[in-house]
Amino acid sequence: MSLIKCENLSLAYDSAVVAKNINFEISRGDYLCIVGENGSGKSTLIKTILGLKKPHDGQVIFDTDSDACAIGYMPQQTEVQKDFPASVFEVVLSGRLNSCRFRPFFSKNDKITAMHNMRLMGVDSLKNKSFQELSGGQQQRVLLARALCATNTKGLLLLDEPMTGLDPHATADMHKLISDINRRLNITVIMVSHDIHAAVNYSTHILHMVGENPFFGTTDEYRETEQGREFLCAWGCKH
Amino acid sequence: MLIAEAVTSIFSYSFLVRAFVVGTLVSLCASLLGVSLVLKRYSMIGDGLSHVGFSALAVASALSLAPLAVAIPVVLLASFVLLRLDNKKLMGDSAIAVISSAALAIGVLCVSLSGTNTDLESYMFGSIMAISDADAYLSIALSVILLAGYVLFYNRIFAVTFDESFSRATGIRTNFFNTLIAVLTAITVVLGMRMMGALLISSLIIFPCLCARKLCSSFKAVCICSGLISVLCFFVGMVASYVLGTPTGASIVAVNVIALVLSCLVGWGVRNVKGAHQG
Ligand SMILES: Nc1ncnc2c1ncn2[C@@H]1O[C@H](COP(=O)(O)OP(=O)(O)OP(=O)(O)O)[C@@H](O)[C@H]1O
Ligand SMILES: [Mg+2]
Repeated sequence: MSLIKCENLSLAYDSAVVAKNINFEISRGDYLCIVGENGSGKSTLIKTILGLKKPHDGQVIFDTDSDACAIGYMPQQTEVQKDFPASVFEVVLSGRLNSCRFRPFFSKNDKITAMHNMRLMGVDSLKNKSFQELSGGQQQRVLLARALCATNTKGLLLLDEPMTGLDPHATADMHKLISDINRRLNITVIMVSHDIHAAVNYSTHILHMVGENPFFGTTDEYRETEQGREFLCAWGCKH
Repeated sequence: MLIAEAVTSIFSYSFLVRAFVVGTLVSLCASLLGVSLVLKRYSMIGDGLSHVGFSALAVASALSLAPLAVAIPVVLLASFVLLRLDNKKLMGDSAIAVISSAALAIGVLCVSLSGTNTDLESYMFGSIMAISDADAYLSIALSVILLAGYVLFYNRIFAVTFDESFSRATGIRTNFFNTLIAVLTAITVVLGMRMMGALLISSLIIFPCLCARKLCSSFKAVCICSGLISVLCFFVGMVASYVLGTPTGASIVAVNVIALVLSCLVGWGVRNVKGAHQG
């Protein structure tokens, strides 16, 4: 049984179609990488999967017991205001809310999980700092820690260009970390990335948003396709 | 000494005690809601609601109906409308300006047509005499409910204020919480209006949060600090108005303005000291 299935999905803003004929299906534990040019509708697709936006046509079908599945999300650009007073710990902890159900306050366990994820992202020393005073890359890590807090072993992690603004060392670490989370904790990952080589190295499936018929298949299939080879070469032929 | 005397004599009048209790609770509620409204850039909604509330009170008095019984539902309705307007971003803040000035005009016309011109000033600028026993009990009950609700939903309110789309994506009913904040704001505005006046009530919502933001860097600290500042400013303003014989609402706003200036100075000073230490 697939976790998420998109059927003939098309995306539009006020009837201006952005992408169409999106068909894909992923199961629990898969690692889907969405690639494509700027403006090809990747972020829009993520928002549609999350239900933040209605599909123009077609549908997104979740596994029937998916309401038990915790979704972690990292937006490409947060709508967070520049001068919002919030400490790093408060931001990360807010990711635990969906596991609170009807509890009004956070439990000890929630705080431990938040600390653990902050340590994973290397921002535990910034715990009491103000979020708005962090550098772009540090903010990115904090938001990733928050996304990790919102998901669990049966969960789903949607990341929209999580590496933007990270230094090369941190980027490599992050790729390993996400792949680790995916393999060991069996968390399903959907990630938008412009780093096609890392995508090909780590993911199990690729969705290439291009033209009338976006490509979807396993990573190995993608390497063999014409558009795949072209895209990989355009990024410097390492393969 | 003078202040201590003033305070004792204030508490010997039962209507002043009533005003104190209601005022403290309303200031507290307004400042907490203000944190969400200001940070979400919704502070104009408070202003719009107060003008609608003024008009509702004026109509109620012209028709000799119970003021709060008319004003609360009307302002609630207005809060739904204002929130929807903002969501669609059709006209944004100009829509709020249109609604609030239209409401103000209707209210003024109503008061002048019904002939009781003395009420106009009390609605516009507030009067501590205007608070009846029934008003006071209703205010206390609603404020207690509101404070309990705020504490209970505190973490969710933070999440929705901080990042709405993340909250929605992770399954928090953001529409519910936005509506809740609007409803609570509507109630607070109506409760505080009799004392502060329609033109001044929104300052209770905006000033404490602005002060607190200059002084604190975490959300929890901002909430607590703005609550404290708000209650303190209310207290000082009330005593000052009693001693100096100035209008209550305006005195409280004046104290809030002083608090804002002081917070800016303190915030600026602290940052400079920190900078000097680091640099
Ligand atoms: N709020 C919006 N209103 C109208 N059109 C939009 C809106 N957001 C995006 N678009 C349009 O939809 C198209 C797809 O946008 P989207 O953000 O999904 O692209 P993307 O693939 O994520 O690009 P990038 O690689 O730059 O992040 C773009 O052409 C853009 O102009
Ligand atoms: Mg994008």
